[in-house]
Amino acid sequence: MGQGILLSAGADIDFMIHGVFSYELFGQTVWITTTHVCVLIVMLVIVAFSIAANRAIKHASDVPGTFQNVVELVVEMLDKMIGGVMGKFSPRFRNYIGTIFIFILLSNISGLFGLRPPTADYGVTFAMGIITFVLIHYNQFKYQKVKGVIAGLCDPWPIWAPINLIGEIAVPISLSLRLFANVLSGTVMLALVYALLSKIAIIWPAALHVYFDLFSGAIQTYVFCMLTMTYITNACTTDE
Amino acid sequence: MGEFNNNFILGCSAIGAGLAVIAGIGPGVGQGIAAGHAAAAVGRNPGAKSDVTSTMLLGQAVAETTGLYGLLIAMLLLFVKPLLP
Repeated sequence: MGQGILLSAGADIDFMIHGVFSYELFGQTVWITTTHVCVLIVMLVIVAFSIAANRAIKHASDVPGTFQNVVELVVEMLDKMIGGVMGKFSPRFRNYIGTIFIFILLSNISGLFGLRPPTADYGVTFAMGIITFVLIHYNQFKYQKVKGVIAGLCDPWPIWAPINLIGEIAVPISLSLRLFANVLSGTVMLALVYALLSKIAIIWPAALHVYFDLFSGAIQTYVFCMLTMTYITNACTTDE
Repeated sequence: MGEFNNNFILGCSAIGAGLAVIAGIGPGVGQGIAAGHAAAAVGRNPGAKSDVTSTMLLGQAVAETTGLYGLLIAMLLLFVKPLLP
């Protein structure tokens, strides 16, 4: 009866996370889910690409081949994007931003290849939100010192401190929920199309894939990285 | 809980989910306004097209968040069914 609410599709709609196998850890049952498997596949692709890129750059030639060109293009594009936003702080955060950019982009696109996008699991995006949160506050304490952090917290008047505190805590939550909900909405919509219109879903869902997986995925990747960079740059910037 | 059966709760959840996605109106209007102003800015200063586009996308994505919260509530009501006993 629980499935009855899903229009008339029966049990065909499948966009949930499934457990693959479970094991006991400190008396708790822990599940290895499809998300873990998909993250592992995305990770293997990135690692393979990195090893190939490393080999290509080690034997780099003056007239670059096709693969070397692609690697240089990716690195230059990321450098330009990060340098444009972060300015003089960019060398320190290039690694982190570049890594999450490539990871989120491949995760979002992995929906094209029949995987369930790992970013459609709140556990994955929230982990990235937490890393960003820690980075923001580590750098805030490092560059603005304790005095600057307290001054920023009591911005107009000290009585506003609780509201500013809630605003600080809301940053990683809204950052991760934005990515999660965007990717999840695409996943759910495609699952609904394939389940409800299975008889006539022949070629035209490709257009939906282009929009939800490629366009929306790329935009959300860009937005996540841009916001992360903006927040970190704000935390690094002092008044002087 | 005796007098309301599960079907009643599921029906009310579906109505609630429908009401929750009305939140999409706000971001729609906001994104439209942002896109309109961006188009006007590109018309005035065609050289700054890439800057205007990236700023517009960033602002639109932030404006979209409230609508996505509504969507999340709808998803929770429909698929997680927190109201069922």
